[in-house]
Amino acid sequence: MTPVLELRALSKSFTVAGAQTGLAWPWRRRASSRLAAVDHVDLRVMPGEALGLVGESGCGKSTLARLASRLIDADAGEILLDGAGIHDVSPARFATSPQRRHVQMVFQDPTESLNPRFSVFEAIADPVRMLLPGSTREIAARVEKAAAQVGLPRELFSRFPHQLSGGQKARVGIARAMAVEPRLLVLDEPTSALDVSVQALVLKLLVQLRRQAGVALLFVSHDLTVVRLLCDRIAVMYLGQVVETADSATLFRAPRHPYTRALLSAIPRLPGVARATREHLDGEPRSPIDPDPNACRFAGRCPLETKLCTTEAPTLRAVAPDHIVRCHHPLESAMP
Amino acid sequence: MSATAALLAIEDLTVTFRTRAGTVHALEGVSFAIAEGEILGIVGESGSGKSVTAYGILGLLDAAARVASGRVMFGGRDLLRLSQAQLSDLRGREISIVFQNPRTALNPIRPIGLQIADVIARHDPGPAATIREKVLAVLRQVRIPDPERRLAAVPYELSGGMCQRVGIAMALACAPRLLLADEPTTGLDVTTQAVIMDLVRDSVHQRGMSAVFITHDLALASEYCDRIVVMHAGHVVEDAPVRALFAQPRHPYTAKLLASVPSAVESVDALSPIDGALPDLRRDDLPACRFSERCERRRAACDEGPIRPAPCGPDHRVACKVPL
Repeated sequence: MTPVLELRALSKSFTVAGAQTGLAWPWRRRASSRLAAVDHVDLRVMPGEALGLVGESGCGKSTLARLASRLIDADAGEILLDGAGIHDVSPARFATSPQRRHVQMVFQDPTESLNPRFSVFEAIADPVRMLLPGSTREIAARVEKAAAQVGLPRELFSRFPHQLSGGQKARVGIARAMAVEPRLLVLDEPTSALDVSVQALVLKLLVQLRRQAGVALLFVSHDLTVVRLLCDRIAVMYLGQVVETADSATLFRAPRHPYTRALLSAIPRLPGVARATREHLDGEPRSPIDPDPNACRFAGRCPLETKLCTTEAPTLRAVAPDHIVRCHHPLESAMP
Repeated sequence: MSATAALLAIEDLTVTFRTRAGTVHALEGVSFAIAEGEILGIVGESGSGKSVTAYGILGLLDAAARVASGRVMFGGRDLLRLSQAQLSDLRGREISIVFQNPRTALNPIRPIGLQIADVIARHDPGPAATIREKVLAVLRQVRIPDPERRLAAVPYELSGGMCQRVGIAMALACAPRLLLADEPTTGLDVTTQAVIMDLVRDSVHQRGMSAVFITHDLALASEYCDRIVVMHAGHVVEDAPVRALFAQPRHPYTAKLLASVPSAVESVDALSPIDGALPDLRRDDLPACRFSERCERRRAACDEGPIRPAPCGPDHRVACKVPL
C-alpha cells in the first residue's frame, strides 16, 4: 500500500544571526549560524492511519507539520503525497494545485486561525471555492456536509467567530479542513488552547472522522496522554530528529529511548494510575544551533550517557519490528 | 479544616465586573479556607473564577471590579478592608504570588538579580551586600545553576523554565506564609513542569508555608495538592481532600470533569465531553445552580437558591441539591 504521506530525509534549518566576532563593519554580514529545526526526518503515514508526533517546545514538530503540509519549503529531502513528489512545487503554486485539497491543516487556536470577518458559512466555503470550484449550490452542499460531519447546526452558519463558543470554533476549524475531502489532516496542537471538556469533544470528533471518512491524521502535540488515545503510532522528536517510533501501546508500555521514558514519567497522573519511577530531566536541551554532528543530541541530560555518546552520533535502528530508536544504549524492552 | 487551624479563610466572596456589555457576575458566595501547611488546589475551566479569587485575596483586582460582599480573613484581619499601603506591606512579605506567564510578569529589561533585590529591599532593607547574598541564596534554592552569573541576566536571555524559577524565587524571597501560584506551569513542557512543581511543593513544605495552586489540570492538581476546591462559573461546587474527590466525586460537574480527562481513560470512546457551555455570566437571571442547565440530575429544587457548599462527608463539601 502506498503511504498517503511519506517524508524522506526531510531537513529544514533557519538562519540565525551569530555572535559578532572581532572587528566587523555594519554593512558586512555577520557570521551566521544554522538552527537545525528538522534534521533528516523520515516518516510515513498510511491511508487512514493516525500518526502522533510528540516532543517538547523547540523540537521541530510544528516546523515538520508545516513542511508536510507544504506551507514552507524544505532545504533538502522529499515529500511524497500518495507516491507523487510534491517537494519541488513551490508553496504558492501548491496552494492552488489540485493536490492541495488532499492535505489540509487544523491549527492550534481556533480563535486565532479563523478570520473574524468571515461567517461560519464563509469560513467553511472559502477553501471549497478555491480548491473545488462549482456552482453556488454545489458549494453550499459541501459546506452543509462538512458542517454535519462535525456536528455544527445550520443555525450557526450566519454567526461570526466572536459569537461562537470555544468548542464551536474548534468544529469550524475542522469542518473547513474536511470540506474539501482531504486524505490527510495535519493537526498542529489542535486541543492545547481548549478546556478539557471541549478537548474531549474534539478528540471524539477526530476519531469519528477517521472511522467515517477514513481520513489519515498527522497529529502534532506535546500532550502524550492525548496522543496515546488518538494515534496508532507515535514518533518522538528531540531537537530536530526523530528519536523513537513505535505503536502507541508499545511506546507507552516499554519505551526504549531514555528521553521517551523521561517524557512519559513526567506526565501527571490521577490517583490510582500507576507510574514507573519518577525521573527528572535536569538541565536544558542542548542548543539546536549548529549541533555537534558527532554527539547524541540528548547527551548532557541523559542518565545513561557514556563516552560513546559524545564522540559518535547514534543512528536510528530497529530494536523490534516496527520499533526504531536512535540510541547507543536503548533501554531493555521490559520496564523495571 | 477546623476554623482555628485556618491560615486564610474566604467567606461569602462575591465579585462583579462592570463592562460595556453588562455586569459580569464573576464570583458569587465563594467560601473556603486554607489550613496551615496545606497545599490547596483550585481547579476549574476557563471563566470559572479561579484567577479572580487569587487576585481578590491580594487586592489585585481590576478597577472595574466591585467586591459586593465577603471577607478574606488572614491573621485576624480582613484583607478586603486594608488600605493600599497596608496591602503593599503584606504582598510579597506575607502572601506572594507566582503568575502564569513569567515572561510578562517579569520586567523584560531589568536584570533578574535586581528584580529579586527590589522585593527584599522593600520588605527587609539592609546593606547592598546583604541583599545580594539573600538574592543568591534564594536563586540557589530554586536551583538556578551558576547564580552569580545569572544575577545580571535579563528575562529574554533565559528559557521559560528558568524565568519561572526566577518568578518563584521572587515569591519566596521574603519567606511569606502563603504562596499563590496561578497556573505556574502552563506553557511549559511536561518535563519542566514536573521540575517546577516539585520545586514549589518542596519549598512550601520545607518552610512550613501554605500554598494555593490554581490549575485547569486535574491530574496535576491531584499529584501536588492535599485538598481541591472545584470551581464552576464563579461558584465553589465542591471542596474535598484529593483522595475523596477522585474516589467519590459528589457534584455532577466534578464527575463530568473527571470523565473528560484523557489520562483517566483507556480509549476515546470512554471520554465524555460536557454538553453545553458555561452560562453567560453577564446574564441577570443566572440560575441558583449555574451548572443546572447542563445537568441531567436537575430537579425543581435546583432553582431555589442560593445553593452553597454544605458538608457531605469528612472534610468534604458539595454545592448540590441532588449530589451523587
